[in-house]
Amino acid sequence: MALTLEDVKRVADLARIEIDEAEARSVLSQLNDVFKLIAEMQAVDTRDVAPMSHALDVVQRLREDSVTESDRHALFQSVAPQVESGLYLVPKVIE
Amino acid sequence: MHNATLKSLSASLAARAFSSVELTRHFVNRINRLNPKYNCFITLDPERSLKQAEAADRMRSAGTGQPLTGIPIAQKDIFCAQGWLTTCGSKILSNFTSPYDAHVVERLNAAGAVALGKTNMDEFAMGSSSETSHYGPVRNPWDVDKVPGGSSGGSAAAVAARLAPGAIGTDTGGSIRQPAALSGICGLKPTYGVVSRYGMIAFASSLDQGGPMARSAEDLALLLNVMAGFDPRDSTSLDREREDYTRELGKPLKGLKIGLPQEFFAEGAAPGVVKAVEAAVAEFRRLGCETVEVSLPNMKLSVPVYYVLAPAEASSNLARYDGVRYGYRAPEYSDLLDLYKKTRAQGFGQEVKRRILIGTYVLSHGYYDAYYIQAQRVRRLIARDFAEVFKRCDVIMGPTSPTTAFRIGEKMGDPVQMYLNDIYTIPANLAGLPGMSIPCGSDAKGLPVGLQIVGNYFAEAKMLGIAHQYQLATDWHTRAPKGID
Repeated sequence: MALTLEDVKRVADLARIEIDEAEARSVLSQLNDVFKLIAEMQAVDTRDVAPMSHALDVVQRLREDSVTESDRHALFQSVAPQVESGLYLVPKVIE
Repeated sequence: MHNATLKSLSASLAARAFSSVELTRHFVNRINRLNPKYNCFITLDPERSLKQAEAADRMRSAGTGQPLTGIPIAQKDIFCAQGWLTTCGSKILSNFTSPYDAHVVERLNAAGAVALGKTNMDEFAMGSSSETSHYGPVRNPWDVDKVPGGSSGGSAAAVAARLAPGAIGTDTGGSIRQPAALSGICGLKPTYGVVSRYGMIAFASSLDQGGPMARSAEDLALLLNVMAGFDPRDSTSLDREREDYTRELGKPLKGLKIGLPQEFFAEGAAPGVVKAVEAAVAEFRRLGCETVEVSLPNMKLSVPVYYVLAPAEASSNLARYDGVRYGYRAPEYSDLLDLYKKTRAQGFGQEVKRRILIGTYVLSHGYYDAYYIQAQRVRRLIARDFAEVFKRCDVIMGPTSPTTAFRIGEKMGDPVQMYLNDIYTIPANLAGLPGMSIPCGSDAKGLPVGLQIVGNYFAEAKMLGIAHQYQLATDWHTRAPKGID
């Protein structure tokens, strides 16, 4: 199954990556090469095989419902592009 | 000093033959002189390194020194280190000074190791050549027109060029082992969960694993002793009793059963690589090992499975780079959506974007079962192949990479060719098994060949012992690239 130019543009939109026509075209042929490679595993019969998400199938640990982190927002916001009064600034979303 | 192993440097520091400040200064000078040639390091901060060295010397004087106290270690730029620029080889993190330390960095600091600098790498560890870095390609010290392998190519080249006695790297599909092989050094990817992923910038979380890179198996063991350990901040970190990874270094190999998967020696591997690996296997037979032919019938599916799982996980992990909380932000944009799209279009390189697009596609509505779930099912088949094989042998051996180092630029235009480089290393990541690469010869052009050793879960100490015994009997690991004095 081959991807179309529309697929590439739709996926780029979902991934929030701006892409122009020329770039979409060159990416399209590269992606189709990769999907040709991926097709090799799609033909395998896996009816009775459970999906494996992690190597050792460990279970999630639980912890006490207690405060473990101190407030370090000033430190963490010190590397942000734009901050005001402890808030991250972005373009206006609601008029 | 720079030709000594980490182990012997440690002994010299303990004996006060020289101080950590002297040792660190020596490596800093060497880096200043040679790094422009190899481009191993993205960030250096000699002042900070020397401060750590002074503290290490005080630890030694106070009698609280440990094996790594005062040893300069190069850190792949994927590990967050507080106060250090941490870029992951990407423009999108080109202004990111980490506000915290990765677990591995905390442990190295606590052991008194000196952070020597942050090493160059493929952007977000996506690559097998260290060419996709925003900071330019790393050059192989054995031949500067060749790649050092990747993605931990800066760490590998730094160790090969004697710019650091040891380094730390990460391995998602071979990113420690393949550059170790192509650069003629040793590297170990531990069992998934042995080294905490906390503060290690995420690529594909179900596969990512940090590990040591150095010039001998013994040095890897010393590094892993510090790097490994339970960390509750990584949900997949394994809560196990502490191990001493040096404990099997002295163990004779007599009676050890080595499995040789026929798929590792099939067509695709360069003749020079096969020849060197076969000679290494013959050496192991001389040392008293038995060999048995085994098969990993689903191995050929590893690359297709990997290129579903890794991009899928990456597309999710890299969603966090939005130009709002940290990192690069596009200078001009019209609204919030445009801010995201322009920031990501300008901040990510071609290969990273390609993988995000693949990942977004395979996770999108209607395709999830056909791609992601199917890949996870085939992943289990691959893991089962290993389980069968380990009923018949103690470890598996084969080439780390199908070829020796290739020319810079040679595979950049053809992603699939680049991806096939990791055919021998990806299976261990999918199964979560420990794998390592050690130098075992060179091809007709004099480029190093890596021998891969894959063990069962938690067999790191055994594998390090096997490699050490081989290194007592051979000298491939001591050879330096031409022109490296």
